This record gives sequence, C-alpha cells and structure tokens, in this order.
Amino acid sequence: MDEPFSIRKYLRPIPLPFCPGCGGLTVMSAFLRAVHELGHENLSNFVFCSGIGCSSWIPSPHFIADSVHTLHGRSIPVATGIKLLRPDLNVVVFGGDGDIVGIGLSHFIHAARRNLDILVIMVNNMVYGMTGGQVAPTTPFKAKTTTTPYGSFEHPLDAARLAVTAGASYVSRWTTAHPNELKESMKNAIEMKGFRYIEAVSQCPTAFGRRVGFKDAGEMLKWFKENTITIKQAESLNEEDLTGKIIVGEFVQRQRPTLVETIYKTIEEAQKENEEN
Amino acid sequence: MKKFPEANTYFWQGNEACAEAALATGCRFFAGYPITPASEIAEYLSKRLPQVGGIAIQMEDEMASIGAVVGASWTGNKAMTATSGPGFDLMQETIGWAFMTETPCVIVDVQRAGPSTGQATKCGQGDVMQSRWGTHGDYSAIALSPNSVQEMFELTIKAFNLAEKYRTPVILLADEIVAHMRERIILPSSESIEIINRRKPKPNEKTFFGLEEVPPMPSVGEGFNVAVTGSTHNEYGIRFTADPTVHKQLVERLNNKIQNHAEEIADSETYNTDDCQIGIISFGCTSRAIYEAVEIAEAKRIKTGYIRLKTIWPFPEKAVRQLAETAEKIIVPEMNLRQIFYEVQRVANGLTEVIPLNKIGGGELITPEELFEKIQESVKNG
Repeated sequence: MDEPFSIRKYLRPIPLPFCPGCGGLTVMSAFLRAVHELGHENLSNFVFCSGIGCSSWIPSPHFIADSVHTLHGRSIPVATGIKLLRPDLNVVVFGGDGDIVGIGLSHFIHAARRNLDILVIMVNNMVYGMTGGQVAPTTPFKAKTTTTPYGSFEHPLDAARLAVTAGASYVSRWTTAHPNELKESMKNAIEMKGFRYIEAVSQCPTAFGRRVGFKDAGEMLKWFKENTITIKQAESLNEEDLTGKIIVGEFVQRQRPTLVETIYKTIEEAQKENEEN
Repeated sequence: MKKFPEANTYFWQGNEACAEAALATGCRFFAGYPITPASEIAEYLSKRLPQVGGIAIQMEDEMASIGAVVGASWTGNKAMTATSGPGFDLMQETIGWAFMTETPCVIVDVQRAGPSTGQATKCGQGDVMQSRWGTHGDYSAIALSPNSVQEMFELTIKAFNLAEKYRTPVILLADEIVAHMRERIILPSSESIEIINRRKPKPNEKTFFGLEEVPPMPSVGEGFNVAVTGSTHNEYGIRFTADPTVHKQLVERLNNKIQNHAEEIADSETYNTDDCQIGIISFGCTSRAIYEAVEIAEAKRIKTGYIRLKTIWPFPEKAVRQLAETAEKIIVPEMNLRQIFYEVQRVANGLTEVIPLNKIGGGELITPEELFEKIQESVKNG
C-alpha cells in the first residue's frame, strides 16, 4: 500500500490489444488499482475467467495470474467449476455485454440466483465491438449499428436490475467517466462473498461512438457524465424521463447464504448422515 | 455406504456402474442437466459424491454443465458430465475448447434414437460420427463403446485414464440399452484398479501447451500463472491468432498426440479373426447379438469371426485391416443408418466386401437371428 501504484507490476510485458480511446483500459486500471489498494502485491489469490469479446482480453493473458479464456458466453459456468472446488480463491469474471447478458445471459441469472461466490465485471459498451459494431442487448433504443442501420427497434436490458432481482449479493453500475467510484466499488466487491456484479458502462469509439455521432472517446465520456443520474434521482423520474439515462450507484448490498456455504454445508451433512447409517 | 463398495458380485444398472467407476478413479465433480436416458448418472452421483467430499451440481443447461466440468478440471480434480444426443449437441463447442486447452474430462453420451428429440426413451447408435466430428475444426477424438454393465464400469475408468494420460476430453459412447439394463457385475477391489493421473509440472516449468507431445498440466491457484485459452496459443498459452506456424504446430501436435497412439488406445475383443469366412464388426449394445449369431453360424459350419470395438475413436484401423485381409465378407450391424460401416469400408479399401446391417426405431436391438440371417445370406451370395 505504501508503494505507489504501478499497473505494470500486474501485467505481462506484451502489447495490449485495445483501440485508442477504448474504455477497457479504464476498467483494467480501476480493477488493478483496487487490487493494489487492498494490499495485494500480486494476483496469486485470484483466478480470472473471461469469454469472447474485447473486454475478455482485460485479464487474458495480460494479468500475471491464472486466467482462463473461455468460449463466448461461458465464462460464468467455467468460473462455477473453479470456485466450487477452490473456494479459497477469488474468482473474477470479466466480460462484455454481449458475452455476459447476450449469449451468456442464462448463466448470469442462474449464478446470481445461486449466489455463487464470484465477482462479475461487465464492460458494457452497448455494442458487439470485436465483430464490428452489431446491435447488442444493451444498445439504446433507436441507436444505429451495423445490423440496425435504421436504428435499433429493440429496448435495452437493464442487467443491474436483473441481477438484483435474480438474487445477487452486490450490484453496482458506474461508467468509465467515474473511474474512482468504479475502483471503490470494486474494492468493496472484491472483499465480499456471494454473487457480485459490477457494470462499467464504457465507450467504444471505434465500433459504436462514431456511428452514433460522437467524434471521439472524449465526447463519449462527456455524454456519460451528462446523462448519468443516481439511483436516488431515478426514483422520482418516470419511465419516459429515464429513457437514455444511465443510472449509476450501488443497487444492492446484502447478505444471503452463498453457494459455497450451502454446498459445503450439504457435503458435511451428507457425510454425517452417511456415518450414522 | 462405504467409500467404495467391496469387491464382490453385484446386480447393477449400467448408469450406476458408470457413476461408481467415476468415483473409483477419483472423480470429485459432476455437473449435468437432466436428460433421458442418462439422468441416473446425475442422480446417483448427486447422492454419492457428497459422501466422498465431492460436488454434484445440476446446471442450467448442457453448455453450463460441461463448462463447469472443464473449470473443475483446471483445479486439478477429475470431472465428468453425462448426457444424451440433444445435450451432446449443446456440448460440442466446449468439447472443442477442452481439446484446444488440453483439459482432461469425461463426457458420457448415452445414445438414444435421434435426430432431434427423436424417440427420447429408445436406444440408438446414431452419435458415432458426432462423437468423432461434432465440434468444428481439425481435431481428434477418443471415444469408447461399452457393451455391458461390466464395461460401463471398466470403460469409464479407462476413459478417465486416457483423458488424464493424453490431456484431452474423452467420450464414453454408451447407449440406452447398456445404460439402463441391469446385470451382473464383478467389481474389483479398489486397490486393484489401475488409475492414471495427469502429469504435474515441476515448480519452475512454464510451458504447459507445447514442446512435449503431452505437456504437464498445472492447476489454477498453484502459482503457475497459467494462461488458458481456446484461441491459437504458443507453448506458454499466449494467444497467437495471426501466425500460421503457431497454429500449425499446435493443431498438428494436438491431433498427433492422439493419432500417433491410436494403436495403444485401440481396444477390442476379437474372435477367430485369422480364420474366418465371414467377419463381423460391431460395438455397443448391438454387439451383444454377435455371440449367439456366431454360435448358430458355426453350428451350420460357417467359419465366422468378429471384432467387437471397445475403442471407436481413434478407429482401430490395424485390427480392421487384418480382418479385411482374412474374411471374404465383413458384416457391420449397427443401430443407425451406416456410420461405422463407412469407416470399415474405408479401411478395408476394397480388400473385401463390406455389408451393412442396420436397424433403427423403437429401440429394438438387432437380434442374433437377424444377424445370422445376414451371415447366411452373405455366404449364399458369395
């Protein structure tokens, strides 16, 4: 903690794959700062799982750590297998909105329902960036993407509220225009048990921003700042006023029995019952 | 219940024998999704695994099930899932990922009559080619085919051993009949069972994905900082998605580590293969008809021999070629519309005539009489 933060300490010396202005770097930096401020000299107590998409490259293979780069949408199931057998390790999933709440949505809901002890950090850039900017389940209504050239005719998913409903222990949403809040939220979540979900609304100037009228990443960050409202502010607004707004803050922080706790208790009971018979 | 049942003779169901064998090898994780005719494996392990300190969990679908299994394997534990055709479909992408990341695990496919939902409770052998070619890209599969409750036990152990030895997913290609039938099983003592465990790296080793044919496998949480990826990677696990040499080296090695050991992996029961007029090549439940059919044929003075395939993939070419050199004709009975048949024809390569005998629908086995009729007909037409 006394030592100043150096991102290089946690990264393999290989080039990062992100485009100029990508919000993924802000999320990576916020996470590693959180780790540093919590006093982790290295990432040996962590295992990272990620899927397919730009933000899945945040940990894999860049973090000097165990990192499992899975298939598109399947990072949470893989994290399930790891966490259940190594409950002592801090299992963190990184993924994009397409990965986590598009193709992998079912796993996200069930992991929250089970209160599986993992931290899921979803970088929500509102688009399928790696494949060139196609519409995502998080794309704003009417936004133009390569597969919605006339504007999206669908309404976006609020993954944070979904996680709360499904049973997550901790849920927050911030944007890359709030790096400090993001980092503090990560510090909080890393220390908790159960299913924790942090959504980082992030800019993709390459595959989204320029198609919806933003000149560069800076303009997108400005858009985030101007359109952000807190959960408290959102409470007094109706559905119409909320359209296009990004609601930020901590949606829930609660204690529920976690999957690791209930599964190991079940094992204990089964063994006891077995001995008695 | 004891940790492992005593060596004795039991009357078990095939699925139970498979589950108990998994425990005997040290499997400590099962994830699955309900599906007929494989559900008994999940039910049995859900009861038994916690008793031995293991975990069984029902996931939200088959993709999640096999994903959790691969994750579990990277913690250094043996892990398994069990399914049937429709679920096996959903697992294919992850089977490719397990192959590419060199993750040992066992997938039990209890075949039923497909395609699609088909006849969900009836037996079929239509997943033979799926177990070989189900995932995309160039890969090599290992698939074993049990034909009795005894072999549901023995080949499950073998499946785990091969998975650990070659660091690859292994498929136990069972079928509804061998999985659901109950019959006698002679259980060996747990000490007498040969168990192979994956080779672990030495403390300073860093190459877990190359240099050697089967590299050592670390677990997460051991300080190796292992980078696992299904993308093309070098020997350190670092992605190289543009370099043709890295891809060629990796994919060729992954295939060669299985293909170069095909004869070692090959396992079959043979009878009279060097002196027969009619040869039979069969596997799984269908092969239960060959013993009686051969008896009938021999009583009629027709020299008959057979190869019963226990290893289906890699295809035991040597044994099949030898039979093709001896037998005037080879009959291939199977409960599908010709799958092993074409493999036999490929290997026989015109040395002998290969005759299909197929039966699908209703889960009805090919009977010894039907097989004998085909033998007799083949002799007459000769």
